[in-house]
Amino acid sequence: MIPAPFEYVKVASVDEALSALAEHGEDAKLLAGGHSLLPIMKLRLAIPSALIDISGIADLSYVRVEGDGADAIVAIGAGTRHYELERDEVARAEVPMLPHVAGRVGDPQVRHRGTIGGTTAHSDPASDLPTALLALGGTVVLQGPGGRREVPVTEFWTGFFETAMSPDEMVVELRVPRTGSTGWGYEKFTRRENDWPIVAAAAVGSRGGGAGGPLRVALANMAGTVLRATATEEALAGGASIAEAAELADQGTSPGADMHADADYRRHLARLLTRRALETAAGAA
Amino acid sequence: MSILGTRVVRTEDPLFLTRGAVYTDDLTDERLTGALHVTFVRSQVAHGRILSVDTSAALEAPGVVAVVTATDLTDLAPIPAGFPFVDKAVIRPWLASDVVRFVGELIAVVLTEDRYQGEDAAEMVVVDIDPLPAVVGTQAAARDEVLLFPDVGTNVYAAFGEPAPEDFFAGCEVVVSQRIVNQRVAPVPLETRAAAAVWGEDGRVTIWCSNQGAQAAKMEIASWLGLDPSLVHLITPAVGGGFGAKIGADPEFALIAQVAKIVGRPVRWSESRSENLVGMLHGRAQDQVVTIGGRRDGTVEAYSLVVDQDAGAYPRLGVVLPTLTMLMAGGVYAFAKVHAQARVLGTNTTSIGAYRGAGRPEATAAVERAVDLFAAELGMDPADVRRKNVIPAFDSPHTTSMGATYDTGNYAAALDKALEAAGYADLRAEQARRREAGDVRQLGIGLSVYVEITGAGGEAGAASENATVEVHPDGTATVLTGTSPHGQGHATAWAMIASDQLGIPLEKITVLHGDTDLIPRGGGTMGSRSLQQGGAAVHQAAGELVELAKKRAAEKLEANPEDLVVDQGLAGLAVRGTPGVGITFAELAADEQLLVQTTFSANGPTFPFGAHVVVVEVDVESGKTEVVRLIAVDDAGTILNPLLADGQRHGGFAQGVAQALLEEVLYDSDGNPTTSTLADYPFISATELPSFELVEMATPTPMNPLGAKGIGEAGTIGSTPATQNAVIDAVAHLGVRHIDMPTTPMRVFRAIQQAQQGGN
Repeated sequence: MIPAPFEYVKVASVDEALSALAEHGEDAKLLAGGHSLLPIMKLRLAIPSALIDISGIADLSYVRVEGDGADAIVAIGAGTRHYELERDEVARAEVPMLPHVAGRVGDPQVRHRGTIGGTTAHSDPASDLPTALLALGGTVVLQGPGGRREVPVTEFWTGFFETAMSPDEMVVELRVPRTGSTGWGYEKFTRRENDWPIVAAAAVGSRGGGAGGPLRVALANMAGTVLRATATEEALAGGASIAEAAELADQGTSPGADMHADADYRRHLARLLTRRALETAAGAA
Repeated sequence: MSILGTRVVRTEDPLFLTRGAVYTDDLTDERLTGALHVTFVRSQVAHGRILSVDTSAALEAPGVVAVVTATDLTDLAPIPAGFPFVDKAVIRPWLASDVVRFVGELIAVVLTEDRYQGEDAAEMVVVDIDPLPAVVGTQAAARDEVLLFPDVGTNVYAAFGEPAPEDFFAGCEVVVSQRIVNQRVAPVPLETRAAAAVWGEDGRVTIWCSNQGAQAAKMEIASWLGLDPSLVHLITPAVGGGFGAKIGADPEFALIAQVAKIVGRPVRWSESRSENLVGMLHGRAQDQVVTIGGRRDGTVEAYSLVVDQDAGAYPRLGVVLPTLTMLMAGGVYAFAKVHAQARVLGTNTTSIGAYRGAGRPEATAAVERAVDLFAAELGMDPADVRRKNVIPAFDSPHTTSMGATYDTGNYAAALDKALEAAGYADLRAEQARRREAGDVRQLGIGLSVYVEITGAGGEAGAASENATVEVHPDGTATVLTGTSPHGQGHATAWAMIASDQLGIPLEKITVLHGDTDLIPRGGGTMGSRSLQQGGAAVHQAAGELVELAKKRAAEKLEANPEDLVVDQGLAGLAVRGTPGVGITFAELAADEQLLVQTTFSANGPTFPFGAHVVVVEVDVESGKTEVVRLIAVDDAGTILNPLLADGQRHGGFAQGVAQALLEEVLYDSDGNPTTSTLADYPFISATELPSFELVEMATPTPMNPLGAKGIGEAGTIGSTPATQNAVIDAVAHLGVRHIDMPTTPMRVFRAIQQAQQGGN
């Protein structure tokens, strides 16, 4: 399989990337790790007119803590590769769910190419890191011709392969609250270790609130976007047991069917994985 | 000490793993300079009538030299079914112009200067197809409501055997019946298919292609193209896996040669993985009904297997696979009565060919499932039912009621070895503990005891193979073989055999294969035949070369030929009892060419056997299975190189577990493949497999002087049903009796749900 012809531009800075986007218009795509984009180009499901290669932008790869105490934020550069995040000492100490989840993406080749900004912008509902980011809360930092803006993760993913980002913008940073030792759990269900999740559930927080906030649950592959299990979260806030609350996890979801799972089985998995993720989060808290 | 039986490291691997091995797509032969690249236009519709094929836009595209369609090939007769029992009206067009019969069927050939230009231009060939209802699955095919070949009047391409007599199970205290799906799988060799062709001024065509047997492929292509075989030179360069799907020529290879002739330039082709997953043969694809009956003490009295084989659209080896399934239906068991019957049905899908085991795994899967169903019905331990019914140990040929003559066998011993290595009693105790405790992760223990037939085919259909051994004046040797390695390690193994007899070190022995000018005859590598026939032929040739050398040396050394013995250190001959008085093979070769060409004929096929125990953990809340142990006894007779044999077993286990748990080629009801990329086709990897526990057992066969039986397919044959049985065993206490392969989490979960609802 060979992609349709396209122009290729390699840029060295965010500004160069934005001017290239402006120049090439809506049919241009940013190329980061390429492990989602290139396969669909080879299948000719995507035929961009130009690829703007942002993998050479050096200052987009970092993990750092900004601020102190309960308000501390962990800022992650959009160009941070999964394997970098997986091994990052700051991330492991300050927001340990993220490096764990980064280590569950695909296989080592994918993790050495893929970036957190790329998977965020791609908006595939069957993605690990967006599920974790949604559970953690926080914002996606975009940069465009008008400057920078922050979009809450709860508003960023608007549909299957669709986001709140304009064609002339790019993801430059992810900002999540520091969770420290707050409990968390990530349950990914696959037939093979290196697959996309058939369903995944991420849980983080504690009943008492505190540094990590109240218990939150996000689900992968249960709708057109990653989404929060709000009925479960509300039940927990109202004092329900984990088992009771998890039974509500599939409320408000609209899972699809494929060769691995039909919609009913996905709903079952969402409830089961939510329960397990919450139990892990509670146990670790 | 002999080199035979030692773990010699594969001499070919540095080339495969670094650089130096030349696969078809890597060829830099100067005759291919300026070759055009072929891109096939394939049908996107499973069944339909072609209204038009418009190539005009493609012809204008950059780099396009020609677009070949059916109208350019009118001087070629269509491809015949190739099996005398299949209706002659079942023919395959080279390029479809009237009806398409599967997604992936060839419609046009785009020839471009550059490979990239080909994919762009192929998209511009406009094919207008009026869709017809598609036939998907054997049940739909058997209804004959939609026919692939209306002139034939039925989708049944072939039928073997008769129905069981009505009273077949009369008198049985217990009879259990089950419909079983042995699902369609994709072979997925690491190297996809590739070919290249160039015509010489002498009117000969040289074809390179990725294949398991150059000589047979050459004869097939010559016949298809109406050429005298002497005009075809076929070469199989390094081949990266085949698993049976590279047996026989594919139409694409002949087309490459034909379009090279039409355009008058060399051409080459290498397919993508997506093209491979719809264009290359698939395997298995049997729907089976097993019925097993017997006494409450566990004695099986009668067993019946009825098979519907999906052939895909056009007949390939899949048409004859059920005959092997029928031959091996009774497996290792001394059942009083065995019945087998099969139909072969055409469907609007990719054709079925051989896949690792080719007909025998389907037989083993059926009977090993049936025995477990019988044991479950009686509430007996499946190991006890097997012990009670296996054919007692034998060391002279045993002929079964299905007409197979097994060479040697000790099935109870194989089972006991496997159970002992597994710690069977402890496993059952742990299983009982988890069941009692209601654990989320339940333990499943699956058994299979198998026997299979290897070396059934061969050169010209007989159990024979040729070899040539030549020693050169510089002390090196060359071995020519009609077998055709595609990963097995023949270069190492054949050199070991020659070295053992001649004393010439391995690094001075070159093994050549897969070139029909150099080696005009040969049976290729398939059916686990290579060592027992091809290796035995090298053994025989080297032995005959020693005899020839003795005659010549006797004169020079003024000794009787009978007094001469091989001196390993000398790599030559010495007079018995007079060490140091001798002559090297190289010296003899300097005087006169020292070469022997010979054909070895085996006494018959061999019947490797073994027993596998697979231990799984099944999460009963989600239905997901994890394989935690795989213990295998595989008796392949005398082992030439344990490293190579272990590798064959490892690969076989992986593919067996893969079929049991993961892999299945799927089509929607319109005949569209839904698993045509490796993102959708769940190919197994190391993360889904445990470390394998190998138990040694070696009963030499009398069928060849090496004592060797086949080992290429046994691992798959044993591990597939053992894994499936283990998954079902893990949830048997919940009322589950059967789960079809692949035992996906959703299927396991649903089986538990249904069993529990049924029990209410």
